[in-house]
Amino acid sequence: MAKVTIKVNGKNHTKTVEDRTLLVNFLRDELGLTGTHVGCDTSQCGCCTVHINGRAVKSCTVLAAQVNGANVVTIEGMAKGSKLHPIQQAFSECHGLQCGFCTPGMIMATAGLLKDNPNPTDEDIYKGLEGNLCRCTGYINIVKAVKRSAKLLRGKAR
Amino acid sequence: MYALNYVKAKSVKEAAEFLSKHSEAKLLAGGMTLLPTLKMRLARPTHLVDIGALAELRKIEAKGGKLVIGAGAKHHDVATSAVVKKAIPALAGLAFAIGDPQVRNQGTIGGSVANNDPAADYPAAVLGLGATVVTTKREIAAEKFFQGLFTTALDAGEIIVRVEFPLPKRAAYSKFHHPASGYAMAGVFIAQAVDGVRVAVTGAGPGVFRWKQAEAALAKGLKPDAIEGVKLDYREFNNDIHADREYRANLVRVMAKRALAKLSGKK
Repeated sequence: MAKVTIKVNGKNHTKTVEDRTLLVNFLRDELGLTGTHVGCDTSQCGCCTVHINGRAVKSCTVLAAQVNGANVVTIEGMAKGSKLHPIQQAFSECHGLQCGFCTPGMIMATAGLLKDNPNPTDEDIYKGLEGNLCRCTGYINIVKAVKRSAKLLRGKAR
Repeated sequence: MYALNYVKAKSVKEAAEFLSKHSEAKLLAGGMTLLPTLKMRLARPTHLVDIGALAELRKIEAKGGKLVIGAGAKHHDVATSAVVKKAIPALAGLAFAIGDPQVRNQGTIGGSVANNDPAADYPAAVLGLGATVVTTKREIAAEKFFQGLFTTALDAGEIIVRVEFPLPKRAAYSKFHHPASGYAMAGVFIAQAVDGVRVAVTGAGPGVFRWKQAEAALAKGLKPDAIEGVKLDYREFNNDIHADREYRANLVRVMAKRALAKLSGKK
């Protein structure tokens, strides 16, 4: 068993888990943070994307023990109380989702993309979201939502 | 995943010592290949020795006419490093084309090179640039290091510490990526090194290889049409659900031409 302490959304959590526990299971089963989804469980769909020390990663392909001592942000850490994060707001306004299953991962991946590239072109967005699959929208509104997010974050949205 | 014991190594030395005492232990760096392998229960190590967080393995520097990249450098580090972009821009570009952003934030150059997946990108650069793989035990030339399908010269318990790339005059990489996995269906790395032209091919065969006939043809000048009609032995190429070997052979030619077109462009 491994005793791990992980700071999740600003709060330290210490748990004793099996060494083979994946981060996504740690978040969902140990902490009850079920916003991070398990889609494919094979690091392809990106539904489980969270940030570890500020970088977007797929939490189904990381052991909780590897992240011991790290700073993790999940979709639950994005909104401030009832005020949506600008990326969440943009996905809502642009209808960047239908069923919503991929959305937490899309939002965390978008946050990662915009951190590296605050003003992405369509091509940059296609490449930046390559690790995330959506089976509903056809991506058109997701790309719109990312562009809108970028504007909101740069404080330039009307 | 089968039950296992996780061990976080405090240094490369400690990891090497641990491996020498536990023959069924495995190294874990980014885990981008190893963890999926374990989830499919294709391997059953007793221990995972994590070297992914060791700062001593993440250094990237240009010195003595070489670009030196620590084995623990993430693909994202290599893709965005000002040092790499200046020394060998083709290598930064190659790293930026691996997998997807989340994979690039975790996967390491050492892990990719040690795994020697026949469709991985880094082996093409390591062989194409004539790099040296430095381990805890010795220095291994790229030609000797890669030994076909998931096979390398690494001994049990030997750990890659860094990869040293001699600086080429010019280099370019072009790949046709598998639309789902991002791996190379065919990738061609062409370098004009101090001692001649090198052409390394990944994704097409059972392991990375040098296309010697193309190197000979390009010795007279790095022009895309120099590839026309050059012999390419594709009898051992991969023939699978993604592409048959004839198609891969054609892709190799097209990727070589694209790499050459990049070279004859601005830089």
